[in-house]
Amino acid sequence: MRKIAILGIGQTAIAEQWDKSLRVLAGEAVLAALADAGRDRADGLFVGNMLSGLLNRQENLAALVTDWVGLRGTEAVKVEAACGSGAAALRAGLMAVAAGEMDSAVVVGVEKMTDTAGAQTTAALATAADADWEAAQGLSFVAINALVMRRYMHEYGWQHADFAPFSINAHANALHNPYARLHDPITPQDYQRARMVADPINLLDASPIGDGAAALVLVPAEHVRRNGRPAVHVAGSAAATDSLAVHDRRDPLWLSAAYDSARKAYGQAGAGPGDIQIFELHDAFSIMAALSLEACGFAARGQGPRLGLDGEIGPGGRVPIATRGGLKARGHPVGATGVYQIVEIVQQLRGEAGATQVPGQPRLGMAQNIGGSGATILTHILKAN
Amino acid sequence: MEISRHWRLQQQRYGLVGEVCPHCDIKIFPPRDVCPNCAGEAKTLFQFSGRGEVYSYTTIYEPPEGFEGNAPYTVAIVKLEEGPMVTAQLTDVDNNRVSIGMPVEMVTRKLREDGKRGMLIYGYKFRPVWSHQSANQLAA
Ligand SMILES: [Zn+2]
Repeated sequence: MRKIAILGIGQTAIAEQWDKSLRVLAGEAVLAALADAGRDRADGLFVGNMLSGLLNRQENLAALVTDWVGLRGTEAVKVEAACGSGAAALRAGLMAVAAGEMDSAVVVGVEKMTDTAGAQTTAALATAADADWEAAQGLSFVAINALVMRRYMHEYGWQHADFAPFSINAHANALHNPYARLHDPITPQDYQRARMVADPINLLDASPIGDGAAALVLVPAEHVRRNGRPAVHVAGSAAATDSLAVHDRRDPLWLSAAYDSARKAYGQAGAGPGDIQIFELHDAFSIMAALSLEACGFAARGQGPRLGLDGEIGPGGRVPIATRGGLKARGHPVGATGVYQIVEIVQQLRGEAGATQVPGQPRLGMAQNIGGSGATILTHILKAN
Repeated sequence: MEISRHWRLQQQRYGLVGEVCPHCDIKIFPPRDVCPNCAGEAKTLFQFSGRGEVYSYTTIYEPPEGFEGNAPYTVAIVKLEEGPMVTAQLTDVDNNRVSIGMPVEMVTRKLREDGKRGMLIYGYKFRPVWSHQSANQLAA
Protein backbone atom coordinates (compact mmCIF):
# COMPACT_ATOMS: atom_id res chain seq x y z
CA MET A 1 0.00 0.00 0.00
CA ARG A 2 1.21 3.51 -0.81
CA LYS A 3 1.88 6.15 1.85
CA ILE A 4 -0.59 9.04 1.66
CA ALA A 5 -0.07 12.77 2.12
CA ILE A 6 -2.74 15.34 2.90
CA LEU A 7 -1.92 17.97 0.31
CA GLY A 8 -4.75 20.43 0.83
CA ILE A 9 -7.29 21.49 3.47
CA GLY A 10 -10.41 23.65 3.35
CA GLN A 11 -13.24 24.55 5.69
CA THR A 12 -16.25 26.81 6.08
CA ALA A 13 -17.26 28.55 9.26
CA ILE A 14 -19.64 26.51 11.43
CA ALA A 15 -22.77 28.58 12.02
CA GLU A 16 -26.45 28.89 11.24
CA GLN A 17 -25.83 29.57 7.59
CA TRP A 18 -29.36 30.33 6.42
CA ASP A 19 -28.07 31.71 3.11
CA LYS A 20 -26.14 28.55 2.20
CA SER A 21 -27.47 25.18 1.09
CA LEU A 22 -25.93 21.75 1.56
CA ARG A 23 -24.25 21.83 -1.86
CA VAL A 24 -22.97 25.37 -1.46
CA LEU A 25 -21.33 24.54 1.87
CA ALA A 26 -19.72 21.36 0.51
CA GLY A 27 -18.58 23.19 -2.60
CA GLU A 28 -16.87 25.97 -0.66
CA ALA A 29 -14.84 23.48 1.37
CA VAL A 30 -13.90 21.34 -1.66
CA LEU A 31 -12.77 24.31 -3.74
CA ALA A 32 -10.77 25.71 -0.81
CA ALA A 33 -9.01 22.37 -0.31
CA LEU A 34 -8.23 22.00 -4.02
CA ALA A 35 -6.84 25.57 -4.11
CA ASP A 36 -4.71 24.86 -1.02
CA ALA A 37 -3.38 21.73 -2.77
CA GLY A 38 -2.71 23.59 -6.00
CA ARG A 39 -4.94 21.19 -7.93
CA ASP A 40 -8.06 21.67 -10.00
CA ARG A 41 -9.33 18.10 -10.14
CA ALA A 42 -9.18 14.72 -8.41
CA ASP A 43 -9.76 11.11 -9.41
CA GLY A 44 -12.47 10.56 -6.81
CA LEU A 45 -14.64 12.36 -4.27
CA PHE A 46 -15.78 10.93 -0.92
CA VAL A 47 -18.54 12.68 1.00
CA GLY A 48 -19.01 12.15 4.72
CA ASN A 49 -22.54 13.02 5.80
CA MET A 50 -25.04 11.68 8.29
CA LEU A 51 -28.39 13.43 7.93
CA SER A 52 -28.96 14.80 4.42
CA GLY A 53 -31.75 12.29 3.79
CA LEU A 54 -33.62 13.13 6.99
CA LEU A 55 -32.96 16.87 7.33
CA ASN A 56 -32.49 18.02 3.72
CA ARG A 57 -34.47 15.33 1.87
CA GLN A 58 -31.43 14.82 -0.32
CA GLU A 59 -29.54 11.61 -0.96
CA ASN A 60 -27.19 10.76 -3.81
CA LEU A 61 -25.16 13.52 -2.27
CA ALA A 62 -21.79 12.56 -3.75
CA ALA A 63 -22.88 13.06 -7.35
CA LEU A 64 -24.59 16.33 -6.39
CA VAL A 65 -21.44 17.78 -4.80
CA THR A 66 -19.16 16.49 -7.54
CA ASP A 67 -21.25 18.15 -10.23
CA TRP A 68 -21.53 21.38 -8.20
CA VAL A 69 -17.75 21.82 -7.93
CA GLY A 70 -17.22 21.31 -11.65
CA LEU A 71 -16.04 17.72 -11.50
CA ARG A 72 -19.03 16.14 -13.27
CA GLY A 73 -18.09 12.65 -14.41
CA THR A 74 -15.72 11.94 -11.51
CA GLU A 75 -16.35 8.83 -9.39
CA ALA A 76 -17.97 9.77 -6.07
CA VAL A 77 -19.69 8.11 -3.14
CA LYS A 78 -21.21 9.11 0.21
CA VAL A 79 -20.07 7.36 3.38
CA GLU A 80 -22.27 7.24 6.47
CA ALA A 81 -21.27 6.27 10.00
CA ALA A 82 -23.41 8.68 12.05
CA CYS A 83 -21.20 11.36 13.69
CA GLY A 84 -18.20 9.33 12.50
CA SER A 85 -19.11 9.84 8.83
CA GLY A 86 -16.33 12.38 8.22
CA ALA A 87 -13.48 10.13 9.29
CA ALA A 88 -15.17 7.16 7.62
CA ALA A 89 -15.14 9.09 4.33
CA LEU A 90 -11.45 9.90 4.91
CA ARG A 91 -10.69 6.26 5.48
CA ALA A 92 -12.52 5.28 2.28
CA GLY A 93 -10.49 7.85 0.35
CA LEU A 94 -7.26 6.70 1.95
CA MET A 95 -7.90 3.09 1.00
CA ALA A 96 -8.68 4.04 -2.60
CA VAL A 97 -5.51 6.10 -3.07
CA ALA A 98 -3.27 3.76 -1.05
CA ALA A 99 -4.44 0.79 -3.13
CA GLY A 100 -3.64 2.61 -6.35
CA GLU A 101 -7.26 2.75 -7.55
CA MET A 102 -6.92 6.53 -7.65
CA ASP A 103 -3.98 8.94 -7.72
CA SER A 104 -5.88 11.65 -5.87
CA ALA A 105 -9.06 11.97 -3.87
CA VAL A 106 -11.09 14.75 -2.31
CA VAL A 107 -12.74 13.99 1.02
CA VAL A 108 -15.47 16.37 2.17
CA GLY A 109 -17.59 16.22 5.30
CA VAL A 110 -20.74 18.30 5.19
CA GLU A 111 -23.85 18.78 7.32
CA LYS A 112 -26.75 21.23 7.00
CA MET A 113 -28.67 21.10 10.27
CA THR A 114 -30.44 24.39 10.89
CA ASP A 115 -33.27 24.32 8.33
CA THR A 116 -35.33 22.09 10.62
CA ALA A 117 -37.08 22.53 13.98
CA GLY A 118 -35.24 21.50 17.13
CA ALA A 119 -37.33 18.42 17.99
CA GLN A 120 -37.00 17.13 14.42
CA THR A 121 -33.20 17.54 14.52
CA THR A 122 -33.11 15.86 17.95
CA ALA A 123 -35.08 12.89 16.56
CA ALA A 124 -32.78 12.71 13.52
CA LEU A 125 -29.67 12.67 15.72
CA ALA A 126 -31.20 9.80 17.71
CA THR A 127 -30.94 7.63 14.58
CA ALA A 128 -27.28 7.17 15.54
CA ALA A 129 -28.60 5.03 18.40
CA ASP A 130 -30.55 1.76 18.23
CA ALA A 131 -33.93 2.76 16.75
CA ASP A 132 -35.93 -0.21 18.09
CA TRP A 133 -34.39 -0.46 21.57
CA GLU A 134 -33.18 3.03 22.52
CA ALA A 135 -34.83 5.74 20.39
CA ALA A 136 -38.27 4.02 20.42
CA GLN A 137 -38.28 4.40 24.23
CA GLY A 138 -38.06 8.18 23.86
CA LEU A 139 -34.34 8.55 24.36
CA SER A 140 -32.56 11.48 22.80
CA PHE A 141 -28.89 11.11 21.90
CA VAL A 142 -28.06 13.46 24.78
CA ALA A 143 -29.98 11.20 27.18
CA ILE A 144 -27.93 8.16 26.16
CA ASN A 145 -24.73 10.04 26.95
CA ALA A 146 -26.27 11.26 30.21
CA LEU A 147 -26.88 7.64 31.27
CA VAL A 148 -23.20 6.92 30.69
CA MET A 149 -22.05 10.07 32.52
CA ARG A 150 -24.28 9.44 35.56
CA ARG A 151 -22.96 5.89 35.98
CA TYR A 152 -19.37 7.04 35.43
CA MET A 153 -19.69 9.68 38.17
CA HIS A 154 -21.26 7.05 40.45
CA GLU A 155 -18.55 4.42 39.89
CA TYR A 156 -15.51 6.69 40.02
CA GLY A 157 -16.72 9.32 42.47
CA TRP A 158 -16.46 12.41 40.27
CA GLN A 159 -18.58 15.54 40.75
CA HIS A 160 -20.13 17.39 37.83
CA ALA A 161 -17.73 20.32 38.35
CA ASP A 162 -14.76 18.00 37.73
CA PHE A 163 -15.67 17.93 34.02
CA ALA A 164 -15.60 21.74 33.69
CA PRO A 165 -11.99 21.98 32.38
CA PHE A 166 -12.98 20.12 29.18
CA SER A 167 -15.55 22.76 28.27
CA ILE A 168 -13.50 25.73 29.52
CA ASN A 169 -10.45 24.65 27.47
CA ALA A 170 -12.56 24.11 24.34
CA HIS A 171 -14.23 27.53 24.59
CA ALA A 172 -10.90 29.26 25.29
CA ASN A 173 -9.32 27.72 22.20
CA ALA A 174 -12.29 28.35 19.90
CA LEU A 175 -11.96 32.08 20.61
CA HIS A 176 -8.91 32.04 18.32
CA ASN A 177 -10.45 29.91 15.57
CA PRO A 178 -12.32 32.10 13.06
CA TYR A 179 -14.23 29.05 11.76
CA ALA A 180 -15.56 28.06 15.20
CA ARG A 181 -19.25 28.05 16.11
CA LEU A 182 -18.74 29.73 19.50
CA HIS A 183 -16.49 32.63 20.42
CA ASP A 184 -17.42 33.09 24.07
CA PRO A 185 -15.02 32.00 26.82
CA ILE A 186 -16.74 30.44 29.84
CA THR A 187 -15.97 30.32 33.57
CA PRO A 188 -16.44 27.46 36.05
CA GLN A 189 -19.51 29.36 37.33
CA ASP A 190 -21.04 29.50 33.83
CA TYR A 191 -20.47 25.76 33.54
CA GLN A 192 -22.19 24.98 36.83
CA ARG A 193 -25.17 27.25 36.15
CA ALA A 194 -25.95 26.21 32.57
CA ARG A 195 -29.44 25.00 31.68
CA MET A 196 -30.02 21.25 32.21
CA VAL A 197 -30.68 19.18 29.08
CA ALA A 198 -30.64 15.63 30.48
CA ASP A 199 -29.03 15.53 33.89
CA PRO A 200 -26.14 15.43 34.61
CA ILE A 201 -25.54 16.82 31.08
CA ASN A 202 -26.20 20.55 30.83
CA LEU A 203 -25.87 22.91 27.91
CA LEU A 204 -22.13 23.43 28.55
CA ASP A 205 -21.41 19.68 28.55
CA ALA A 206 -22.92 19.33 25.10
CA SER A 207 -21.53 20.37 21.72
CA PRO A 208 -23.55 22.76 19.55
CA ILE A 209 -24.75 21.61 16.13
CA GLY A 210 -24.36 23.85 13.10
CA ASP A 211 -24.00 24.03 9.34
CA GLY A 212 -20.53 23.44 7.99
CA ALA A 213 -18.20 21.61 5.65
CA ALA A 214 -14.52 20.70 5.67
CA ALA A 215 -12.41 19.05 2.97
CA LEU A 216 -9.07 17.38 2.31
CA VAL A 217 -7.05 16.48 -0.78
CA LEU A 218 -5.24 13.14 -0.61
CA VAL A 219 -2.37 12.11 -2.88
CA PRO A 220 0.37 9.47 -2.72
CA ALA A 221 3.22 10.86 -0.60
CA GLU A 222 5.72 10.27 -3.43
CA HIS A 223 3.78 12.75 -5.62
CA VAL A 224 4.27 15.66 -3.23
CA ARG A 225 6.74 18.33 -4.33
CA ARG A 226 8.46 20.31 -1.61
CA ASN A 227 6.96 23.78 -1.36
CA GLY A 228 8.42 25.15 1.84
CA ARG A 229 5.76 23.92 4.25
CA PRO A 230 5.89 20.56 6.06
CA ALA A 231 4.30 17.68 4.18
CA VAL A 232 1.69 15.95 6.34
CA HIS A 233 1.52 12.18 5.98
CA VAL A 234 -1.08 9.75 7.25
CA ALA A 235 0.88 7.52 9.63
CA GLY A 236 -2.05 5.53 10.99
CA SER A 237 -5.68 4.90 10.06
CA ALA A 238 -7.93 2.39 11.76
CA ALA A 239 -11.57 1.81 12.62
CA ALA A 240 -13.46 -0.51 14.95
CA THR A 241 -17.05 -1.09 16.03
CA ASP A 242 -19.10 -1.91 19.12
CA SER A 243 -22.82 -2.45 19.74
CA LEU A 244 -25.11 0.43 18.75
CA ALA A 245 -27.00 0.31 22.04
CA VAL A 246 -25.13 1.28 25.19
CA HIS A 247 -27.06 -1.36 27.18
CA ASP A 248 -25.59 -4.10 24.93
CA ARG A 249 -21.96 -3.24 25.77
CA ARG A 250 -19.92 -5.54 27.95
CA ASP A 251 -18.91 -2.42 29.89
CA PRO A 252 -20.86 0.78 29.08
CA LEU A 253 -18.07 2.88 30.64
CA TRP A 254 -15.34 1.65 28.29
CA LEU A 255 -15.02 2.66 24.61
CA SER A 256 -13.72 -0.64 23.30
CA ALA A 257 -13.84 0.56 19.68
CA ALA A 258 -11.67 3.55 20.67
CA TYR A 259 -9.20 1.22 22.33
CA ASP A 260 -9.14 -1.17 19.35
CA SER A 261 -8.79 1.49 16.66
CA ALA A 262 -6.20 3.52 18.62
CA ARG A 263 -4.09 0.44 19.32
CA LYS A 264 -4.10 -0.42 15.62
CA ALA A 265 -3.26 3.14 14.56
CA TYR A 266 -0.44 3.35 17.15
CA GLY A 267 0.99 0.12 15.70
CA GLN A 268 0.92 1.48 12.15
CA ALA A 269 2.57 4.74 13.22
CA GLY A 270 5.13 3.02 15.44
CA ALA A 271 4.03 5.34 18.25
CA GLY A 272 2.21 5.31 21.58
CA PRO A 273 0.17 7.81 23.56
CA GLY A 274 3.37 9.34 24.94
CA ASP A 275 4.42 10.37 21.42
CA ILE A 276 1.17 12.10 20.46
CA GLN A 277 1.55 15.91 20.72
CA ILE A 278 -2.01 16.94 19.78
CA PHE A 279 -5.18 14.92 20.26
CA GLU A 280 -8.37 16.11 18.58
CA LEU A 281 -10.87 13.90 20.36
CA HIS A 282 -14.63 13.54 19.97
CA ASP A 283 -15.89 15.71 22.82
CA ALA A 284 -19.53 15.69 21.70
CA PHE A 285 -20.20 15.55 25.46
CA SER A 286 -17.67 16.14 28.22
CA ILE A 287 -18.03 12.51 29.35
CA MET A 288 -16.88 11.37 25.89
CA ALA A 289 -13.66 13.38 26.26
CA ALA A 290 -12.91 11.51 29.49
CA LEU A 291 -13.71 8.11 28.00
CA SER A 292 -11.59 8.76 24.87
CA LEU A 293 -8.58 9.84 26.93
CA GLU A 294 -8.85 6.59 28.92
CA ALA A 295 -9.40 4.24 25.97
CA CYS A 296 -6.49 5.75 24.04
CA GLY A 297 -4.04 5.39 26.90
CA PHE A 298 -3.69 9.02 28.01
CA ALA A 299 -5.37 8.41 31.37
CA ALA A 300 -5.99 5.42 33.60
CA ARG A 301 -9.49 3.96 33.74
CA GLY A 302 -11.88 6.27 35.53
CA GLN A 303 -9.27 9.05 35.67
CA GLY A 304 -10.06 11.00 32.47
CA PRO A 305 -11.16 14.20 34.28
CA ARG A 306 -7.85 14.29 36.18
CA LEU A 307 -5.90 15.55 33.11
CA GLY A 308 -8.18 18.57 32.86
CA LEU A 309 -8.07 19.31 36.59
CA ASP A 310 -4.25 19.11 36.48
CA GLY A 311 -4.10 21.66 33.64
CA GLU A 312 -2.66 19.20 31.10
CA ILE A 313 -5.15 19.63 28.23
CA GLY A 314 -4.38 23.19 27.04
CA PRO A 315 -2.21 23.93 23.97
CA GLY A 316 0.89 24.05 26.23
CA GLY A 317 -0.06 21.01 28.30
CA ARG A 318 1.04 17.39 28.21
CA VAL A 319 -2.01 16.23 26.20
CA PRO A 320 -3.40 19.20 24.22
CA ILE A 321 -7.00 18.46 23.18
CA ALA A 322 -9.67 20.45 21.34
CA THR A 323 -6.93 22.87 20.30
CA ARG A 324 -9.20 24.68 17.81
CA GLY A 325 -12.28 24.42 20.02
CA GLY A 326 -13.19 20.76 19.68
CA LEU A 327 -16.75 19.62 19.10
CA LYS A 328 -17.72 21.58 22.21
CA ALA A 329 -16.91 25.04 20.82
CA ARG A 330 -15.64 24.71 17.24
CA GLY A 331 -19.02 23.03 16.82
CA HIS A 332 -20.37 19.66 15.74
CA PRO A 333 -21.89 19.58 12.25
CA VAL A 334 -22.15 15.85 12.75
CA GLY A 335 -21.09 14.25 9.44
CA ALA A 336 -18.47 16.96 8.85
CA THR A 337 -16.81 16.84 12.26
CA GLY A 338 -14.30 14.08 11.50
CA VAL A 339 -12.91 16.08 8.59
CA TYR A 340 -12.68 19.29 10.65
CA GLN A 341 -10.57 17.37 13.16
CA ILE A 342 -8.11 16.35 10.42
CA VAL A 343 -7.99 19.90 9.00
CA GLU A 344 -7.06 21.15 12.48
CA ILE A 345 -4.31 18.56 13.00
CA VAL A 346 -2.86 19.57 9.62
CA GLN A 347 -2.94 23.23 10.73
CA GLN A 348 -1.06 22.28 13.91
CA LEU A 349 1.56 20.20 12.06
CA ARG A 350 2.11 22.98 9.51
CA GLY A 351 2.45 25.56 12.29
CA GLU A 352 -0.66 27.41 11.09
CA ALA A 353 -2.72 27.23 14.29
CA GLY A 354 -2.15 30.83 15.41
CA ALA A 355 -2.79 31.64 19.07
CA THR A 356 -3.55 27.99 19.92
CA GLN A 357 -0.50 26.59 18.14
CA VAL A 358 0.99 23.74 20.15
CA PRO A 359 4.58 24.87 20.81
CA GLY A 360 7.78 23.15 19.67
CA GLN A 361 6.89 22.23 16.07
CA PRO A 362 4.78 19.15 16.84
CA ARG A 363 5.32 16.19 14.52
CA LEU A 364 2.61 13.73 15.57
CA GLY A 365 -1.10 14.45 15.97
CA MET A 366 -4.06 12.16 16.45
CA ALA A 367 -7.75 12.54 15.67
CA GLN A 368 -10.56 10.34 16.88
CA ASN A 369 -14.07 10.47 15.47
CA ILE A 370 -17.00 8.62 17.04
CA GLY A 371 -20.24 7.50 15.39
CA GLY A 372 -23.05 7.02 17.89
CA SER A 373 -22.27 6.72 21.57
CA GLY A 374 -19.22 4.55 20.77
CA ALA A 375 -20.46 2.17 18.05
CA THR A 376 -18.12 3.25 15.22
CA ILE A 377 -14.78 4.76 16.17
CA LEU A 378 -12.06 5.86 13.77
CA THR A 379 -8.57 6.89 14.77
CA HIS A 380 -6.10 8.68 12.50
CA ILE A 381 -2.49 9.64 13.24
CA LEU A 382 -0.83 12.32 11.12
CA LYS A 383 2.87 13.02 10.92
CA ALA A 384 4.78 16.11 9.74
CA ASN A 385 7.69 15.28 7.45
CA MET B 1 -43.84 5.20 12.75
CA GLU B 2 -44.74 2.11 10.81
CA ILE B 3 -47.45 -0.23 12.13
CA SER B 4 -45.70 -3.45 11.08
CA ARG B 5 -42.53 -2.32 12.80
CA HIS B 6 -44.30 -2.24 16.16
CA TRP B 7 -46.38 -5.33 15.46
CA ARG B 8 -43.37 -7.57 14.90
CA LEU B 9 -41.78 -6.45 18.18
CA GLN B 10 -44.93 -6.88 20.29
CA GLN B 11 -43.74 -10.02 22.11
CA GLN B 12 -40.75 -8.04 23.32
CA ARG B 13 -42.56 -4.75 23.91
CA TYR B 14 -45.52 -6.26 25.81
CA GLY B 15 -44.00 -9.40 27.29
CA LEU B 16 -40.26 -8.94 27.57
CA VAL B 17 -39.65 -12.15 25.64
CA GLY B 18 -35.99 -12.68 24.81
CA GLU B 19 -33.82 -15.67 24.16
CA VAL B 20 -31.57 -18.09 25.99
CA CYS B 21 -28.41 -19.40 24.34
CA PRO B 22 -28.50 -23.24 24.14
CA HIS B 23 -24.67 -23.31 24.06
CA CYS B 24 -23.60 -21.07 26.95
CA ASP B 25 -26.96 -20.51 28.71
CA ILE B 26 -26.63 -16.70 28.68
CA LYS B 27 -29.96 -14.84 28.65
CA ILE B 28 -30.44 -12.43 25.75
CA PHE B 29 -32.66 -9.34 25.47
CA PRO B 30 -33.62 -8.04 23.02
CA PRO B 31 -33.48 -11.22 20.90
CA ARG B 32 -30.71 -11.23 18.31
CA ASP B 33 -30.51 -14.87 17.16
CA VAL B 34 -26.70 -14.89 17.37
CA CYS B 35 -25.38 -15.12 20.93
CA PRO B 36 -23.34 -12.00 21.84
CA ASN B 37 -21.30 -14.13 24.26
CA CYS B 38 -20.31 -17.23 22.24
CA ALA B 39 -21.51 -16.27 18.70
CA GLY B 40 -23.49 -19.51 18.49
CA GLU B 41 -27.05 -19.66 17.16
CA ALA B 42 -29.50 -18.70 19.90
CA LYS B 43 -33.18 -18.85 18.97
CA THR B 44 -34.72 -20.46 22.06
CA LEU B 45 -37.33 -18.09 23.49
CA PHE B 46 -37.00 -17.03 27.10
CA GLN B 47 -39.51 -15.18 29.26
CA PHE B 48 -37.87 -12.58 31.47
CA SER B 49 -39.27 -11.91 34.93
CA GLY B 50 -39.37 -8.16 34.41
CA ARG B 51 -37.52 -7.52 37.66
CA GLY B 52 -34.25 -5.65 37.80
CA GLU B 53 -32.48 -2.61 39.18
CA VAL B 54 -31.53 0.83 37.90
CA TYR B 55 -27.99 0.84 36.43
CA SER B 56 -28.22 4.52 35.43
CA TYR B 57 -30.90 7.14 34.79
CA THR B 58 -31.53 10.63 33.47
CA THR B 59 -34.44 13.03 33.13
CA ILE B 60 -35.11 14.37 29.65
CA TYR B 61 -36.06 18.06 29.39
CA GLU B 62 -35.61 18.38 25.60
CA PRO B 63 -37.45 15.40 24.08
CA PRO B 64 -37.24 14.13 20.52
CA GLU B 65 -40.16 14.55 18.11
CA GLY B 66 -43.14 12.45 19.20
CA PHE B 67 -42.37 12.60 22.93
CA GLU B 68 -42.93 16.33 23.52
CA GLY B 69 -46.08 15.68 25.57
CA ASN B 70 -44.22 13.49 28.08
CA ALA B 71 -41.43 15.89 29.08
CA PRO B 72 -39.85 15.98 31.54
CA TYR B 73 -39.61 12.19 31.82
CA THR B 74 -37.05 9.86 33.35
CA VAL B 75 -35.36 7.06 31.44
CA ALA B 76 -33.03 4.39 32.72
CA ILE B 77 -30.79 1.53 31.82
CA VAL B 78 -32.21 -1.34 33.85
CA LYS B 79 -30.11 -4.38 34.70
CA LEU B 80 -32.54 -7.32 34.57
CA GLU B 81 -32.10 -9.93 37.28
CA GLU B 82 -31.33 -12.53 34.58
CA GLY B 83 -28.32 -10.50 33.38
CA PRO B 84 -28.95 -8.34 30.31
CA MET B 85 -29.58 -4.60 30.42
CA VAL B 86 -32.48 -2.77 28.79
CA THR B 87 -33.16 0.92 28.16
CA ALA B 88 -36.63 2.15 29.08
CA GLN B 89 -38.69 4.94 30.59
CA LEU B 90 -39.48 4.86 34.28
CA THR B 91 -43.09 5.40 35.33
CA ASP B 92 -45.12 5.86 38.51
CA VAL B 93 -42.11 7.57 40.05
CA ASP B 94 -41.08 10.99 41.27
CA ASN B 95 -38.27 12.13 38.93
CA ASN B 96 -36.34 13.38 41.95
CA ARG B 97 -36.48 10.08 43.86
CA VAL B 98 -34.71 7.77 41.40
CA SER B 99 -31.35 6.31 42.39
CA ILE B 100 -28.79 3.87 41.05
CA GLY B 101 -29.51 0.38 42.42
CA MET B 102 -33.22 1.07 42.94
CA PRO B 103 -35.28 -2.13 42.40
CA VAL B 104 -37.79 -1.84 39.53
CA GLU B 105 -40.31 -4.04 37.70
CA MET B 106 -41.69 -3.99 34.19
CA VAL B 107 -45.17 -2.71 33.37
CA THR B 108 -46.92 -2.04 30.04
CA ARG B 109 -47.70 1.60 29.32
CA LYS B 110 -48.34 3.94 26.42
CA LEU B 111 -44.97 4.88 24.91
CA ARG B 112 -46.12 7.55 22.50
CA GLU B 113 -48.88 8.80 20.31
CA ASP B 114 -48.34 9.09 16.59
CA GLY B 115 -50.05 12.44 16.17
CA LYS B 116 -50.51 12.27 12.40
CA ARG B 117 -52.26 8.90 12.38
CA GLY B 118 -53.63 8.82 15.91
CA MET B 119 -51.87 5.52 16.57
CA LEU B 120 -51.03 4.67 20.17
CA ILE B 121 -47.85 2.74 20.75
CA TYR B 122 -47.56 0.63 23.90
CA GLY B 123 -44.52 -1.02 25.38
CA TYR B 124 -42.57 -1.76 28.50
CA LYS B 125 -41.68 0.79 31.13
CA PHE B 126 -40.32 0.14 34.60
CA ARG B 127 -41.66 1.27 37.97
CA PRO B 128 -40.15 1.17 41.44
CA VAL B 129 -40.73 -1.90 43.58
CA TRP B 130 -41.60 -0.54 47.01
CA SER B 131 -40.78 -2.67 50.01
CA HIS B 132 -43.53 -2.97 52.67
CA GLN B 133 -41.58 -0.69 54.92
CA SER B 134 -41.24 2.14 52.40
CA ALA B 135 -44.88 1.70 51.37
CA ASN B 136 -45.88 2.15 55.03
CA GLN B 137 -43.70 5.22 55.29
CA LEU B 138 -45.39 6.68 52.22
CA ALA B 139 -48.84 5.99 53.73
CA ALA B 140 -47.81 7.70 56.94
ZN1 LIG C 1 -23.89 -18.37 23.84
